[in-house]
Order: sequence, then structure tokens, then C-alpha cells
Amino acid sequence: MANQTAHDTKDSFDVRRLMTDERSRAVVLQLLVLLGVALFIAFIVSNTIANLQNAGLASGFGFLNDTAFFDINQRLIEYTSQSTFGRALIVGLLNTILISALGIIAATLIGFIGGVLRLSDNWIVSRMVTAWVEFTRNVPVLLQIIFWWAILTSLPKVRDSISLGDVSFLNNRGLRTAAPILEPGMEWVIGAFIVAIIAAIAVSHWARKRQEATGQIFPSGWASLGLIVGLPLIVYFILGQPLDWDVPKRTRFNFSGGFNVTPELIALWFALSTYTGAFISEIVRSGISSVSRGQSEAAFALGLRKNQTMRLVIIPQALRVIIPPLTSQYLNLTKNSSLAIAIGYQDLVSIGGTILNQSGQALEVVGIWMAVYLTLSLATSAYMNWYNKRIALVER
Amino acid sequence: MNQPFFRRHDEMLAERPPPAATVGVLGWMRANLFSGWANTALTLIALYILWLAIPSLVEWAFIDAQLSGTDRFACTGEGACWAWLDQRFGQFLYGFYPSEETWRINIAFVLLFPALAPWLVENMPGERWLRWFSIIYPFLAAWLLVGDWFGVLEGVTTNNLGGFTLNLTVGLAGIVLSLPAGILLALGRQSRLPLIRWFSIIFIESVRGVPLITLLFVSNIILPIFLPPDFALDAVIRVIVMVTAFASAYMAEVIRGGLQAIPKGQYEAAAAMGLGYWQSMRLIILPQALKISIPGIVNTFIGLFKDTTLVIVIGLFDILGIANAMVSNPDWLGLSSETYVFVALFFFSVCFSMSRYSLHLERKLDTDRR
Repeated sequence: MANQTAHDTKDSFDVRRLMTDERSRAVVLQLLVLLGVALFIAFIVSNTIANLQNAGLASGFGFLNDTAFFDINQRLIEYTSQSTFGRALIVGLLNTILISALGIIAATLIGFIGGVLRLSDNWIVSRMVTAWVEFTRNVPVLLQIIFWWAILTSLPKVRDSISLGDVSFLNNRGLRTAAPILEPGMEWVIGAFIVAIIAAIAVSHWARKRQEATGQIFPSGWASLGLIVGLPLIVYFILGQPLDWDVPKRTRFNFSGGFNVTPELIALWFALSTYTGAFISEIVRSGISSVSRGQSEAAFALGLRKNQTMRLVIIPQALRVIIPPLTSQYLNLTKNSSLAIAIGYQDLVSIGGTILNQSGQALEVVGIWMAVYLTLSLATSAYMNWYNKRIALVER
Repeated sequence: MNQPFFRRHDEMLAERPPPAATVGVLGWMRANLFSGWANTALTLIALYILWLAIPSLVEWAFIDAQLSGTDRFACTGEGACWAWLDQRFGQFLYGFYPSEETWRINIAFVLLFPALAPWLVENMPGERWLRWFSIIYPFLAAWLLVGDWFGVLEGVTTNNLGGFTLNLTVGLAGIVLSLPAGILLALGRQSRLPLIRWFSIIFIESVRGVPLITLLFVSNIILPIFLPPDFALDAVIRVIVMVTAFASAYMAEVIRGGLQAIPKGQYEAAAAMGLGYWQSMRLIILPQALKISIPGIVNTFIGLFKDTTLVIVIGLFDILGIANAMVSNPDWLGLSSETYVFVALFFFSVCFSMSRYSLHLERKLDTDRR
């Protein structure tokens, strides 16, 4: 009897077999998941439609053409309160890009210096840097942003500004500093700078080729530095110094001339770059110490000096370990820049929030946020995958 | 020239001690602080910075500090003003929780230690019972904090949760929930079933790609649009859900790294032993994968705990929110350094001990004989 039923189930269809056979189970499980997700989405969509109808809101991106009626004090492009919501969002996006770019540059510098100092033979220096890294990493970045902002806004009033060499003035409205005025001819200097960079790349390429072919070393580092600094300087002096500075001058109540860097930007920049810099210094430290000691010993045995060993042997191998987490730190910094909203730096999220309050178009604004940040991070991960493939060790 | 330029010894010379400059404190200092001029310069600069910073810091924080008073006008000296600690310390811990009920928070906090102990300490006496206790602890704590079930306690709404209590509540709930969620997502991303894999990838990448702040806005503004009109979710619960979702995506990536590091032979051996998918994961793969991802897991926990401060942007008063409120209070205006340094110490002590514990765990579990 028992044999008979077992035989029967093998040939005829049985519901129980759906879950015991591996292939059919896979199909059933996936169908169940798909059904669940579809039901969930249907539930959300029907609720959304009903809620939007109740609130009498029209969906769509037409509101981007409406007049904004609010001011933005930190802007890189022309904007007035009569501009549109769309333009306000672009101003916010540019502000996000500005703070991210500034932060990434500073955090990289801080991180590399910190990482190298932590590995220094000097006991007291490595301990001090360790203490700083541990403290900075373990305190929320939002707290650090608010802290620096509170310090900057409690500086003296405009009338009692702290003078930095009579060129820049620090007060509770930020840093008033000299603005460069580009006079005709300056475009040639900038052009010379770009030409010098291209020439420097060409020189180091040629030097590497020659070294590979003949073994002769050309000091391409110094040559590049000379080119990049020297060429624009020569052009600058030939054209009669076509650059002037608009230095701020004290007037009765305020300053005239120069341009103002807001305390929000400074605080955000300082906090983000030290916070991310502390993380980067950990990455740099572990990257450098991941290169085995045998590598530097072998380099010394070949007669390379300490800085040559670092430059030619250690760093190229360490970068392989450093770059992937480094890019994700850059991404984190960009995302953390949205904390600007807590101190009123008007970035994409902050301006989006204002628009959201004014127009009530919550879905659209949140959609724009998500689209912008997702594009940034997907582009970064695409770059990372490409880079990883390029530098991965070719193993046998 | 009748003196020979060498001497002949017929017996072994006595050993001489090494030069004084290479051993002991002097030798250590020479090797670690003053080897070469660059190193010496670094040491001197470091010492100078310390000499500038530490005495003035100690003077500011302790010697010149004002410890008592009812408002900022009591603080006249140059040093820090800690007078508010006396008046406001409770608020930093408990937020706006009714003061006659704070014993409930205290009990929940004290009971946290026996609930954590069996997971953190090895060979705890009574470990089995404590594990059962830690399973019921979340419900017990929720009841203690906000419950009025059975009419035993007076109901407190979650609006009253605030201060460090709120950070701890959100942080611990997020930690406890995000680990299993992260494990499931990581397994989903490695799954052979394409639909499950794609759903996991979409969830992980879209959550990791956006700042937590936008997710919190979503929880505040979008969730009410997505849910039926008469269905209101509590603000603290919404925050916990969003923080958990955010952390679990990061957790999934950390654990995926661990899963990928397990050699293929382990999967094949488990299959050869006749273990099913869940058995081989539970008994063979996950124990090894989780062990090597401990540093990343703890870092995610630390990040999650620090991120609990973001609740201030959606109007909850965690410890940072209380600090902000106090700094702008006319009685205590302008005490930003003191207040924020104080809050920073809270976070530093919790996060730093977590990272030290993970180092300890890493060393203890390091079974690689290298």
C-alpha cells in the first residue's frame, strides 16, 4: 500500500510536491514574494490616491514653475525671491555640490596627514592623533556641526570684528574676505595654468617611458611643480599682473567690498571635513599597514631610500586597499551634508523642505531628493566597480 | 713607542652594561621621541600644543568653573559654567518625562544589564535564564516606559520620551532589529532565486543611497500619505522603523562581505553532509561569516547610535534637542561649549566602549593560527 501511494505521487500531480521539489519550490516561493510585493504596492497606491484626493492636492511637477517667494542667502547662481521653485532647487543642489567638494578636498588632506602621523615612529604624536581620531569618530557629526556653528555665531558682532591681517574679518556673520577681481588678461593666466597641467602630465608620462626603457630617472615631480607654478606666474607678470583684490573695508555699521562666507558654510565644512577626515585617517593607516613588511625590506635591500620606498612600493599597494572605502567615505560626506538643515545652510534637502512646506508637494520633493542622491551614489558605486576591476590583483 | 697598541687578555672580559642612552627611559625616549631632527621637531611641536591646550582646558573645565547657581548670571568667572547641570541634568537624561514617573526609566535601565549580560559575557552564571529574560526584556521595557496595560501604571505617551532615554531606546531597538533584518537581506542578495535577489538589491541600494534625514522626512510626511487615513503610527515607532531600515541595509552589505569571504568548500561540504539551505546557513556559514564581520557590524551599530541624534530634524527632543533648547533658553543663553561638550561625552563613552568591546571580541574569536 505504502509503495503504491509513493508511486502514485511520483506521476500524478500533488500539491505537497510543490514544496519538496527544489525547482518548483523556487518558483512558488518567488511567486509568493511577487504577490506580496504587488499587494503591498497596490495597498500604498490606493491609499495615496485616496489621501491626495482628500487633501485636494494635484500631483505632478508643474509646481516647479511657480514663484518661490523665499530668499536664499547662500547662492552660487542668480536667484531672487521672484525666481521659481525649480531654480531654488538648483541653487540648493549647487550648494550641496559646493559643500561636498570643499569637504572632500579638506577631509582627504586631513585624513592622509592623520593616517601617516598615526603610523609615525614618534610616540607622542601617534598617541595624540589616535586620541583625536577616537574622539572625533565617536561623537555624532550632527553634534559637531551644531557645536562649531554655535561657536562661530557667538563671535563678536560686526563692529568688533576680529581682523586677520586687515584682509579678512571674522565676526558672528561669518568671514568677510577679499574677493579676486579678474581683469582682462587673466584668462590667459588661467589658460597657462591648464596648459601647464597638461604639460606636466605629458612630462611624467615621458619620464616613466624613458625610465622603463633606459633606467634613467628624471625628476618629473619637481619638473611638474615648476611647470604648474612657474608658467602661470610668468604669464601673470608678462601681462602686468591682471588680478586685483577687492579688500573689505570697515564702514560705520558693516563692511563694503569683499565677499562674505557664512558661518553655516564654515561650520558645516569644518565639522564634515574633520569628522570624515578622522575616518579617512583610519582607512589610510590600515591601508599602509596592510602592505607587508617584506615589501619595504625588499625595497631597502634594493637600495631605495625611505621616501622612495614609500612612493614607489608602499603607496601603490596601499592605494589598492584605500580607494574603495575612501570613495564610500566621500559618499557619506555628501550624504551627511544634508544635516545642513539643522543649522540653516541652504542645501538641496533644506530648500526642498521649504518648498515642501510651501507647496505641499511632498511626494514630488522627496522623489527629487531620492533621485539626486541615488544618482550620485549609483554613479560612485559604478566607478568603484570599474576601479576595483582595473586594479584587482591578477592571480593565476 | 714601547707601549704595545693592543693588549692581550688571557681570560674572558666581564660583560659590560649597554650604553645608558640605549636602554631604560632614556633609550626609549631616544628611540621614540628624538630619533633624528624631524622627529625631535615633531615631538617639540606636540609638546607645545599639549602645553597650550591641557592647562587652559583644565582651568576652564574645573578650576575656574562655576558649579552652582540658578541661571547664567551666577556664572561670572572666566571658566566653564556647570551650574545648569544641577538644574537641568534630569532633562538631559529623561527629556520631558513626568518627573514623578522617572523611576520607571531607571528600572528599565537597570534591568538592561542582566538582559545584555548573557550575550556579552562568557560563561555567565544562570545564562539560560538570563537569555529567556533578555527575550522578554524589550516588551517589559516598552511597558515600563510608556505602557498603561492592565491599569497598573499610569500611561505615558511617547511624546514624553526624550533626552538620552530616547537615544537609548531608538538606538537599542534599532540595533536589536537591524541585525536579523541585515542577515536576511544579505542572504537574499546572495540567493539563487532571481526575484528575491533583485528585491534585496533594490532595497539595499536605494536605502544606502539616500541620507537618513530624507528617510526620516519620509516617515514624517510620506508615510501618512501611504497609509489609510485613520491609521496613525506613533512618531517614535516610525523613527525606529526608519532607523532600522537604514541600518539594516548597511548591515546587509557588511554581512555580505563576510559571506563572500567564506571559501566555496564550506558551502559544498555543508551540502555534501546533506544539510538543507537553512541548516547549512545556521550551522556552517553564518557562524563563520558573522565572526569575520564583527568589526563592520559593531561599526554599523555605532553609526546607528550616533544617527539617533537626527531625530531633532523631525521635531523630537533627544539629548541634542534638549541641549539646543537649553542653549537658546534666556536663563542659560550662550553656554554652548559646556552643553555640547557634555552631550559629546555621553556619546563618546557609549560609542567608544562599543568599539573597545568589538576589539576584545575580535581578539577572543580570532581562531586563525597566523
